[in-house]
Amino acid sequence: MTMIFGVPLAVFMGQLTLGLVNGAFYALLSLGLAVIFGLLKIINFAHGAQYMLGAFAALLGFRYLGINYWLALILVPLVVGAFGMLLERYLLRKISHLDHLYGLLLTFGLALIIEGTLVNFFGVSGARYATPEVLQGGLDLGFMFLPTYRAWVLVAALAMCLFTWFMIERTRLGAYLRAGTENSQLMQAFGVNVPLLITLTYGFGVGLAAFAGVLAAPLYPVSPTMGSSLLIVVFAVVVIGGMGSIFGAIMTGLAMGVIEGLTKVYYPEAANTVIFLVMILVLMFRPAGLFGKEA
Amino acid sequence: MSDAQTLARPSAVMERQKRAIMRRNLFYVALVVVGLVAPFVAYPVFLMKVLCFALFACAFNLLLGYAGLLSFGHAAFLATGGYITGYLLASYPGLTPEIGIMAGTLVATALGALFGILAIRRQGIYFAMVTLALAQLVYFVFVQAPFTGGEDGLHGVPRGELLGFISLSNNLAMYYFVFAVFLFGFALIQRTVHSPYGQVLKAIRENEPRAVSLGYNTDMYKLVAFVISAALAGLAGSTKTVVFQLASLTDAHWHMSGEVILMTLLGGVGTLLGPIMGAGIVVSLQHVLSQSPLGNWVSVILGIIFVICVLSFRSGIVGEIARMYNKNFK
Repeated sequence: MTMIFGVPLAVFMGQLTLGLVNGAFYALLSLGLAVIFGLLKIINFAHGAQYMLGAFAALLGFRYLGINYWLALILVPLVVGAFGMLLERYLLRKISHLDHLYGLLLTFGLALIIEGTLVNFFGVSGARYATPEVLQGGLDLGFMFLPTYRAWVLVAALAMCLFTWFMIERTRLGAYLRAGTENSQLMQAFGVNVPLLITLTYGFGVGLAAFAGVLAAPLYPVSPTMGSSLLIVVFAVVVIGGMGSIFGAIMTGLAMGVIEGLTKVYYPEAANTVIFLVMILVLMFRPAGLFGKEA
Repeated sequence: MSDAQTLARPSAVMERQKRAIMRRNLFYVALVVVGLVAPFVAYPVFLMKVLCFALFACAFNLLLGYAGLLSFGHAAFLATGGYITGYLLASYPGLTPEIGIMAGTLVATALGALFGILAIRRQGIYFAMVTLALAQLVYFVFVQAPFTGGEDGLHGVPRGELLGFISLSNNLAMYYFVFAVFLFGFALIQRTVHSPYGQVLKAIRENEPRAVSLGYNTDMYKLVAFVISAALAGLAGSTKTVVFQLASLTDAHWHMSGEVILMTLLGGVGTLLGPIMGAGIVVSLQHVLSQSPLGNWVSVILGIIFVICVLSFRSGIVGEIARMYNKNFK
């Protein structure tokens, strides 16, 4: 059997794919955070809760309405994104003129409410969401066994990242968004409906989180607390990468997933903490973040 | 009061200031008297819990209210103080509680210095995320470390005998010790806030670039504030462990960091008495709710209070009272 640094190749590759899949989630979530931060200048602490809502909506939609996975993948981000837009319109907008730390605190309160409510109805133990039939099983690549669903998650997440990049960098709406990120007051003076743009942007970011949630539903136990612990890791990823560039957010997310996966192979005790340790190193040697512009 | 008046009669201004300080001191004396009488009116263990969290919130407020730094990781210091004190007192029966508490506080202080050095490299929203991530790191360390008892936590920490001869197993004796610790912490914060150092801290909060241009090493000021805050949070955690004779992961969880923000926000950010009041309200609320049918909804209710505070009650209870007082009596 082929060994890599004393570990069987199959195990090594298995953890590597697992790491890449985790990294895809980090990338999707930190991308959503970065999009929201760009225009609203707030850190969306409810992002984890909204990711969890995505997974739950898929689960409940299947259980009670018979909505299948593929439909959920399209519908759930729209529904949860619309919910996000309501939050922005009726809560976040009221404090948009204040110090942006208040936005962090408000979304933290919202996360507590959403998470606490679902815990009361569904408990903390995870529910299982069946993998769609087409994506069950896996491919034997000779040197490793690749579960189809994991491969699909990677493809779908990267496609979504690419779609986001295209929307922001290559469309008129995206150009507005970038201009608004630079100077939203000037944009408004030019006659662009900035408040609407902000609502849409927040909805889009939340939708991204919900999309990640649906992708995650067949992979991890669906529980009300699945988002919050993930979100803190994503915060560390955001600190490492900086929120300046879309490409940076995606790369950092994937890289951190891989590092975490490899740590699981070689030093499992540190698997939970390695991303935080990388964050400390980055803060020491490159405090603005790997792709960050501001200090 | 108009500027013309004050310019005309400087002695009157000084007179008024003197009266204000006198009123303040009278108020403090009244509070101390209330604190001394309280255990005869209310259940001492409950009061001790309030005092520990009040000290925790005051420590947090020093950072948010006076330096303008939002730490989302203060649970780490509370838990570190608690775990170190708990471990030492449980494994070395000869140690007196005050040594255990000092050791816990010292380790929390050192951790605060480490966190601070890293976190002040980023500002604003990033500062909050960095502290949160570092605290999560500490949380995972406590989950895995051999001396913390993992998910179970540390139980049966002896209260011991203060200075070797005052038994703290009596709740009343324990209460007065906790009250003394609290007064020490509060006095330290009060002194810090009203010192020249505290004034510079406020200047940094209001406008950091200007403070830099005036020649202040703002990083150093922020770091010192962070370390003092962490030390007092550790002291609160250590004391709490002695009172309840246990240390658990609850204290290290990010919910705890959120709770202390809520206490401070609800009572009044940047007021000395606000965090005390906020801690009192939140602890009482949790106490009442846990015995009612709404027991499972505590975190939802705290979230709702959070949202209401941020949306329409940003100066907090003490802040609002101060504003009303200033409007009607001055």
